[in-house]
Amino acid sequence: MSILLRILSLTFAHKWLLAISLLCVSGATAAYLALPWLFGAAIDEVVRVFEVGAVSDSAVFRIAALILGVSLLRGALTFGQTYFGERLSQAVSYDVRNRFYDHVQNLSFRFHDTHHTGNLMSRAITDVEAFRMFVMAGIVRSPYYFVLFFAAGGILLWRDWRLGLVGLSFMPVLAILTAVLRLHLRRIWLRVQEDMADLSTTLQENMTGVRVVKAFAAERYEETKYDSKSSAVSDDMVSAARLQALNTSLIMFVYLVVIGMILWIGGMRVIGGHLTPGELASFLFYMQVLSMPIRHAGMVVNSYARAFSAGQRLFEILDYRSPVQEAVGPVALARSRGHVRFQDVSFSYDGRSTALQDIHVDAEPGKVMAIVGSPGSGKSTLVNLLPRFYDVTSGRITIDGIDIRETTLKSLRRNIGIVQQDVFLFAASLRENIAYGREDASMDEVIEAARVAQLHDFIEGLEDGYDTQVGERGSTLSGGQRQRMSIARAVLLDPPILVLDDSTASVDANTEEKIRAAMESVMKERTTFVIAHRLSTVHKADEIIVLDDGRIVERGTHRQLLAAGGPYRRIYDLQLRPQEDVMMEFEVPAGRMGAGR
Amino acid sequence: MMMTGGFFRQAARDSGRLDDEVFGNAFNYRVVARMVPYVMPYKGLLTLAIAAMLVFTATQVAVPWIIKLGIDQFITKGDSGGLAWIVAIFVGNAMLNWGANFTQELTIARVGQNMLYSLRKDMFRHLQSQSVSFYDKNEVGRIMSRVLGDVNQLQEFLSVAVITVGDLLSLVGIVAAVLVLSVELGLISLVTLPFLILVMAVWQPFARKAFVRVRRAAAIVNGALNENITGVRVVQAMNRQERNAELFDEKNRENLDSAVHATRISSGLLPTVDMLTAISIGLVLFFGARLVGSNALEVGALVAFVMYIQRFFDPIRSLTMQYTQLQRAMASGVRIFELLDTQPALKDRPGAGDLPPIRGEIQFRDVSYGYVEGEDVLKHVDLHALPGQTVAIVGPTGAGKTTLVSLLSRFYDVPEGRGAILIDGHDVRDVTRDSLARQTSMVLQEPFLFTGTVRENIKYIHQDAPEERVVSAAKAVGAHDFIEKLDDGYDTFLHERGVNLSVGQRQLISFARAIVDDPRILILDEATANIDSHTEMLIQRALRRLLRGRTAIVIAHRLSTIRGADKIVVLNHGRVEEVGAHDELMDQNGLYAHLYAMNFAALKAALPE
Repeated sequence: MSILLRILSLTFAHKWLLAISLLCVSGATAAYLALPWLFGAAIDEVVRVFEVGAVSDSAVFRIAALILGVSLLRGALTFGQTYFGERLSQAVSYDVRNRFYDHVQNLSFRFHDTHHTGNLMSRAITDVEAFRMFVMAGIVRSPYYFVLFFAAGGILLWRDWRLGLVGLSFMPVLAILTAVLRLHLRRIWLRVQEDMADLSTTLQENMTGVRVVKAFAAERYEETKYDSKSSAVSDDMVSAARLQALNTSLIMFVYLVVIGMILWIGGMRVIGGHLTPGELASFLFYMQVLSMPIRHAGMVVNSYARAFSAGQRLFEILDYRSPVQEAVGPVALARSRGHVRFQDVSFSYDGRSTALQDIHVDAEPGKVMAIVGSPGSGKSTLVNLLPRFYDVTSGRITIDGIDIRETTLKSLRRNIGIVQQDVFLFAASLRENIAYGREDASMDEVIEAARVAQLHDFIEGLEDGYDTQVGERGSTLSGGQRQRMSIARAVLLDPPILVLDDSTASVDANTEEKIRAAMESVMKERTTFVIAHRLSTVHKADEIIVLDDGRIVERGTHRQLLAAGGPYRRIYDLQLRPQEDVMMEFEVPAGRMGAGR
Repeated sequence: MMMTGGFFRQAARDSGRLDDEVFGNAFNYRVVARMVPYVMPYKGLLTLAIAAMLVFTATQVAVPWIIKLGIDQFITKGDSGGLAWIVAIFVGNAMLNWGANFTQELTIARVGQNMLYSLRKDMFRHLQSQSVSFYDKNEVGRIMSRVLGDVNQLQEFLSVAVITVGDLLSLVGIVAAVLVLSVELGLISLVTLPFLILVMAVWQPFARKAFVRVRRAAAIVNGALNENITGVRVVQAMNRQERNAELFDEKNRENLDSAVHATRISSGLLPTVDMLTAISIGLVLFFGARLVGSNALEVGALVAFVMYIQRFFDPIRSLTMQYTQLQRAMASGVRIFELLDTQPALKDRPGAGDLPPIRGEIQFRDVSYGYVEGEDVLKHVDLHALPGQTVAIVGPTGAGKTTLVSLLSRFYDVPEGRGAILIDGHDVRDVTRDSLARQTSMVLQEPFLFTGTVRENIKYIHQDAPEERVVSAAKAVGAHDFIEKLDDGYDTFLHERGVNLSVGQRQLISFARAIVDDPRILILDEATANIDSHTEMLIQRALRRLLRGRTAIVIAHRLSTIRGADKIVVLNHGRVEEVGAHDELMDQNGLYAHLYAMNFAALKAALPE
């Protein structure tokens, strides 16, 4: 219930729209209710022919004109009801969508590690739409049906309580059926939504991993996987349809039986002289009015059920409190000198096993800290703590002596540049992608950054130069080029602190040399944390930190550590030195580029 | 560069993102005709559904008629016994209505769901039959929206279509009933119909335009959202949240505005319909009264008339509401069948047999291949690998290395007359892809894992592989240790294709996957990228085990791999320039030796000391 209340409160944010919609609803209802009365009056006028012997043209004409007038009013108000109701529902979904977008983009990495993009998208699309439907059907239309129902019922009771009671006798039946349906449907819809999300994940992976599928000729296996999800969706849909069919047909049946009863009892009362034929007719017309809310009851109930399950899924996201929060009264970190210290830092992803333990690092401004260790030893975790993509479990990290948890996230991250090995390109031009973190950058600055990143020549060689579109619908860049894009972005940001991963997606020695040169120039005069894989990097580092299983097991310069003959020496012998075993890749002779891929 | 073409060419060029065909006609014969085969297997159910629908409509139309009979034959004549009979008939009619109503809704849902299920299945199967180049040309997101989005649209369409058919049926029933009751009054009540048609004709183009705008705005909003979620790590690293929220708000606002605009247009029709209903009823009452006065019509008939006219406009009202849905669904149908009509590039030849158990001899005979007509990537390639040999393919970027191994895995087929690839003397095009793939395995440069457990990923298509095989494969490639250390060991669930693992770990799992069924032939695109040195070492070790005892074709980047190969094939510009072992090639002092020296020099320069 609280979920529906929360959706209601979203709706109340637009009180004027809501008020106007509901006003139109009441007006339309009143007008609608007046019509059967008028029809009945007209019939009575006609029946008078048997008493008076002639029909009063003018009386019938008056009633017909009245019917026309009331209908005009009803039409206008119905328009208002639909229009303003739709505006209201759109406004609510607009709000929710904006909130969702902003909330999700600010959630820490911990959230994104466990939430599939497809899953989030389906919430943002399907569930927000379910909200919208609910506002329209559940909040705007349902009072209309509700009022229509009760007003028509009231009028029936008032004009002839016996007939009225008969007319309304099916209400409890309706209420019970609806409640039962609602309970079942909610369950089914939740399942449908999950099945759909599964289906879309399977599909997406199948296509993204098409090369694996083809290599294993796994088409049939994939089909089976997909099929089971697909048939689950179908089965659930059929169960939902069966429930609904049972419900609507039963309601319709009960309703018709009641009309039969009215015809019978009302007819007897007309025969007994207690009721005019016109009154009976208007009773029947009112019953027709009642049929509308009844026919739509299923739809309304459905919208409740869907909104409920959609609400569960959406609020789960919207209520997800990022574990990384700004402190109360955070300090805006100015451009720092870049003195970074990890003091007794420990970190755990899940609260059970520790990923980092007792980490002490003191990186003075401009120094290069190389982090070395086997996979899973905590290298990426360590650098991810610095921009607060995750928060330390204990201990603290300071920049120029200020605890990073006391700064604003924005100012903190402005001080840190991150060079990723595989960077995400947005659907925009190369220029916009380079200037992603600094939209105000001038063209000259962008070119300069591209130069430092050894990208300028390549970009200039493209037909559209810096305006070349990349990203989802644009050109694809090679791994090495993407990495240099990341360097260019960092150069443009000009942060005092830099985090980078030196493993390169190398294509040939020439490119590799370019990347190495680019990295070297971007590291200049910045405090740098580098996840190091190459000898050339560790060799130049001011301090090498050797991680094993989340702990620092050794530290010092390359020379010191080699001499010490400890873990680093082993890594050097086993891992770093073999790199002298060259990356045997041919440089593409200039001007002799082949056409292949 | 961008590969457009295929059936999304038009769309890809349009930076507005969605093709203009988002809205077709409300009725498209070709789409409906294509849907017929999907319904045919359910002929029985469909017949039942139609029968139920007819009964349902008849019982609905009968209601005012029975009331009329009650009023005119019995109530106005004071015959209470007769009235009881009429009520009994009325209830009987209601029961019939109940049964028909339930049957119609359920059977239609079943037919519909069955049909959508087969459609989804066909689309998936069809997509599976496409070659890799299809996926190079078409974005996954777009295909996804066809398979899921468009099929969902069709689902909506089905329910709407059913309502529409029901509406049309009751329209026909009502017109008939009204004319039978009184031809004169019936015609009078229908007098407003032409006006309604006129109004709808004027309204339609506006509505159409408005809804195109809505669809486009929605697509843009969803695209922006998707991009931001996918790139969220960059967004946060670059501090772009505020600016992105602003940009998103603009798109979201346009979405809101277009929706409101469309509503104004679509709901504008309602008052018109209401007015016309009222005019009809007014006319019927006015003239009906005269007819009753002159004894040409009974009172009950007049009551029935009023009931009919109200019902008469209901279908029209709902038709206007369903109209846009119909258009949308037809456009979806067009897109779905367009997809199904693309030619599957890879099909087993008719009569292709299974490849018998092989020893693993591979032969390329004068193979030429190009993705684009006239631009051959491979030119007259000859290559011979004996069972158990490791052949390293080296060459500059763009020399055709990837193409060469892609042909061997039959990602693409060598066209007739452009050479042949033989395995143990069997032309690969003459055997089924399944049987070929069962005895060969491939490791891609970028490891791709599926959402699921580690175990499921290693087994992959060999889901019935015994447990020991999984563990021994993992051990063989050196993945066992780290897998054991994961929270749930082999049952650790990999989220979103294994983002919770490092690239190197993923690579090792993909190695294990490749050898779990002990294939005779291994094709390997040696990874160069994104691997840390520790894993690199593990991988080097694993490689040796991987290659042992099988024929291996390796796109090699590491000197150690190249040196360890029995044979090195130097590709340049799609041609085989040199073939031989490392020492032989060095002795020959040709391209290989030359480039080797150059690379070594470059590397030396990069290294300190």
